[in-house]
Amino acid sequence: MKNRGFSLLLALVLIGSLVVGCGESNTIKIGTIQSISGSVSTYGIQTRDAIKMAVEEINAQGGVLGKQIELIVEDDEASPDKTTNAFKKLVAKDKVVAVIGALISKCTLAITQEAQAKKVVLITPTSTNDTVTDAGDYIFMSCYNDSFQGQVGAKFAWETMKAKNAAILYDITNDYSKGLTENFKAKFEALGGTVVAAESYSAGEKDFNAQLTKIKATRPDILFIPDYYNTVSLIAKQVRNQGINITMLGADGWDEITNNAGDEVLGSFYCNHYSPFSDDQDVQTFVQKYTQKYNMTPNALAALGYDSTYILLKAIERAGSTDPEMIKAALMETDDKFVTGNIRFNEQRRPIKSAVMLKIVKGADGNLDTVYAGTVNP
Amino acid sequence: MGELRFSHYSFSAMQRGETMGALQEFLQQMVNGVALGSIYALIALGYTMIYGIIKLINFAHGDILMLGAFAGFFVLVAATVTPLTFIASFLVAMLICALIGIIIERTCYKPLRNAPRINALITAIGVSMFLENGARVIPQIGPNPRQFPTFLNVNYDFAGVGISRIQAIVFLVSIALMIVLNITVNYTKIGKAMRAVSYDRGAALLMGINVNKIISFTFAIGSALAAAAGILFASAYPQVEPYMGIMPGLKAFVAAVLGGIGSIPGAMIGGFIMGIAETLTKGFISSQLADAIAFGILIIILVVKPSGIMGRNVSEKV
Amino acid sequence: MISMTDNEKFFLQAVLAILGFIIIAFLIYLGIIDEYTAQILTSAAINVIIALSLNLISGFTGQLALGHAGFMAIGAYSTAVLVMQLQVPIIVAILVGGIITAIFGFIIGFPTLRLKGDYLAIVTLGFGEIIRVLMINADKITGGAAGLKGIPSFTKNYALNPTLSFIWVFLFLIGTIIMVNNLIKSSHGRGIISIREDEIAANTMGINVFYVKMFSFTLSAFIAGIGGGLYALFFGYLNPTMFNFIKSCDFLVIVVLGGMGSITGTVLTGFILTYLQEFLRFFQDYRLVIYPLFLIIIMLYKPNGLIGLIEDFQKWRRKRFPHQKRVLKAGEQR
Repeated sequence: MKNRGFSLLLALVLIGSLVVGCGESNTIKIGTIQSISGSVSTYGIQTRDAIKMAVEEINAQGGVLGKQIELIVEDDEASPDKTTNAFKKLVAKDKVVAVIGALISKCTLAITQEAQAKKVVLITPTSTNDTVTDAGDYIFMSCYNDSFQGQVGAKFAWETMKAKNAAILYDITNDYSKGLTENFKAKFEALGGTVVAAESYSAGEKDFNAQLTKIKATRPDILFIPDYYNTVSLIAKQVRNQGINITMLGADGWDEITNNAGDEVLGSFYCNHYSPFSDDQDVQTFVQKYTQKYNMTPNALAALGYDSTYILLKAIERAGSTDPEMIKAALMETDDKFVTGNIRFNEQRRPIKSAVMLKIVKGADGNLDTVYAGTVNP
Repeated sequence: MGELRFSHYSFSAMQRGETMGALQEFLQQMVNGVALGSIYALIALGYTMIYGIIKLINFAHGDILMLGAFAGFFVLVAATVTPLTFIASFLVAMLICALIGIIIERTCYKPLRNAPRINALITAIGVSMFLENGARVIPQIGPNPRQFPTFLNVNYDFAGVGISRIQAIVFLVSIALMIVLNITVNYTKIGKAMRAVSYDRGAALLMGINVNKIISFTFAIGSALAAAAGILFASAYPQVEPYMGIMPGLKAFVAAVLGGIGSIPGAMIGGFIMGIAETLTKGFISSQLADAIAFGILIIILVVKPSGIMGRNVSEKV
Repeated sequence: MISMTDNEKFFLQAVLAILGFIIIAFLIYLGIIDEYTAQILTSAAINVIIALSLNLISGFTGQLALGHAGFMAIGAYSTAVLVMQLQVPIIVAILVGGIITAIFGFIIGFPTLRLKGDYLAIVTLGFGEIIRVLMINADKITGGAAGLKGIPSFTKNYALNPTLSFIWVFLFLIGTIIMVNNLIKSSHGRGIISIREDEIAANTMGINVFYVKMFSFTLSAFIAGIGGGLYALFFGYLNPTMFNFIKSCDFLVIVVLGGMGSITGTVLTGFILTYLQEFLRFFQDYRLVIYPLFLIIIMLYKPNGLIGLIEDFQKWRRKRFPHQKRVLKAGEQR
């Protein structure tokens, strides 16, 4: 009896899955692929929420071309092959007009070629890999890329911080971290500096003492840590625990570090797409709305997701049609102010932006805060 | 832009370690390795005990560690961090995880005790995935990493070799727990029963040992150890998140096999070897290839001594 | 007489399978089966190929291996590099990729296959991890953490791609099924199964246990390498982090849920599980909570996997329709 009930359940699940159909409706469908589960889910969920919020705002204002926007969210589990499946689902089954995504570069890289061949506009809010837009003219990115960020770090270290010897600690399994490392190293050495140590670890590791002891022995002036804030805050603690008193330098992955680290990161610098503490009106409105809705301060990835949605939907409005060819052309005409700054696309469909350097300081309330430490132009 | 001044940390020269020699660097790396190894050893103990008694590789062990760390986290967040609340967080986490361990054993593993072992293995993988992702969707835990409250750190300096307070705590607590466990298994009545069940379950049953109770007890101890390891791990690397148990779990599992799975002293030795080997590889050979070398050592040891360092070589009976 | 019916049955099944295959390929070509469904079908078929290779070593030979993602990675990268840098024809690249993987399998198997049970499992897991770490570091060949992108697909014509991918992959799948099936029915296969049942007894009966294990392990690596090659061409993007321990577990789950040492079980479960993972997209955040629950429940109530379920169904049918009993019995005894 038990067995039969079980088989019946199984059959029901399978049949049920076949019945999920879709109907014609008067909406414009937009797809997004985010890492909602898996190792970077904390970013994926925030980005998705920001995109959802942008879509709701636009729908409340009457939608685009007189139609409501229907957002279809897919999870890629931070895995490239799942991303491919999700992309095919969005394009073949849901027949979306354009896709926002994916979150991390390796997932985005798995679908760029397909998107180009299928002539589907793909705009990635957060994948910073240099080669993302290489696949063709349907692929856009709304964040600056790794080589730019790496160079910004190197330039800042050499020119402003007057560092001669730099050490790097990076995640070898992460293309973002590795790309920044390579570009930082190349630029820093081109400027005349020496990279005295480039040590690595694998994603998920928590013990960096071995690498840090080794780095300590090489006596660098600065330590470049191109990774996300959660790892950085752990590394920073171990840096100080080992009595290494050098300035640390980071990139946009450090965003949110002020909420997640202690005094050990004081005095460090990082570059970012935006600062939630900025006085800019657009930023403040966005931060306020997001905080109200989701009860947390949006990170830079959320801001980029929000911007990408607006960039795309404004382009559809300008194009006056959902024809991918026309959306693509309209996207190239983008020249507006968004939360993460003024955005125009260059030949490679990357935004022309400058990077903001932030310094971590102690705020008046005793919490960590960031102050503007300079702008580095491309 | 204006002139920037860097008053907080000078980066022109390091204030300490200016005269760090090769020997000091080596000793420092040994300290790092022992500190890491003691955590691996503690986790490996849980693996080995559970394997010893029901021959199951409990893949969910690392996730019980995560739950333990979260239990400790909630206690320490509710109260301020003092030595007393720190001990309280241990007790609470160990108790909760012991209960969770028993529940998992009763519901998921017990029905499979006579099924092929690989089925239990798959179930363990399922339980592991369920705990990780279950924790992720619970709003109280969620996917975001949180900072684990810890003591203010103090560095003790021995002739240029630094030992941080938390490293010392981790090492001492681990050793203390290992000693307690060793005494329990070797010198108490219940320990004797555990060994009997591990040796021959059928015969133990015939001798009037309540096998179910003993297995549950073993799971409770193993899970409590995982909880303790979780708090120590989270104190040493002060961050908690749902996937935090995977990596230490896998490494400790390898350590348990290295030492000879099922053997308690083996798990300790395996844990320390693993920690030291990993650290020395990163420090003196290549941090890029560290994992490959760690697994390479494992393979070499197993090929030379197929049942692990402390494992008994059971001859084949026909 | 009995073997005749066996052959006839097999022949009938083969004809049905080929007919189904042609019809599905045609439906994909016409667009009646959409690209997404074709994608799932094809990726499921690749999963099945690799699961079958794992079944050969773990299910039939009884040697638990946990590093098949590593073999898959070797096959995938070899094929991709052969096609991209040496412009080797696809079919040659896939087969050479399989052979390279088999060589690795041989080298790895030689020292490790003397180990037993869990120790073998750990050593294969270790090798899988080593392969992954080496691939991350060999960025000249593999592209390192950024991955290898722009691997050419089975065809340059994007409209035909889903159909041709399906045909390529399914031809390899059918080939694999026939190969494994014939192997198991051969005297070699009997040797393989005898090792699973009782190694000592097999040894006493004059079977060279180590040789047979090596044979099975190398062949398993070969098939996994072919699966990897298909995977590389089908997805067009490779990244070392894709071939981690969890990937190895995915295949093990297929084998165990299908029933260890059952070809039919592996094939059916491979398709069902791949489909199920996609279907559960519907549940969004909760997907990865429901999937393991499903696994646990099946393991608890159907420890023999899908084959157990089918046997139960046959038993139930026999009870329900007793007049068929004799026919079924005759076929079953043998």
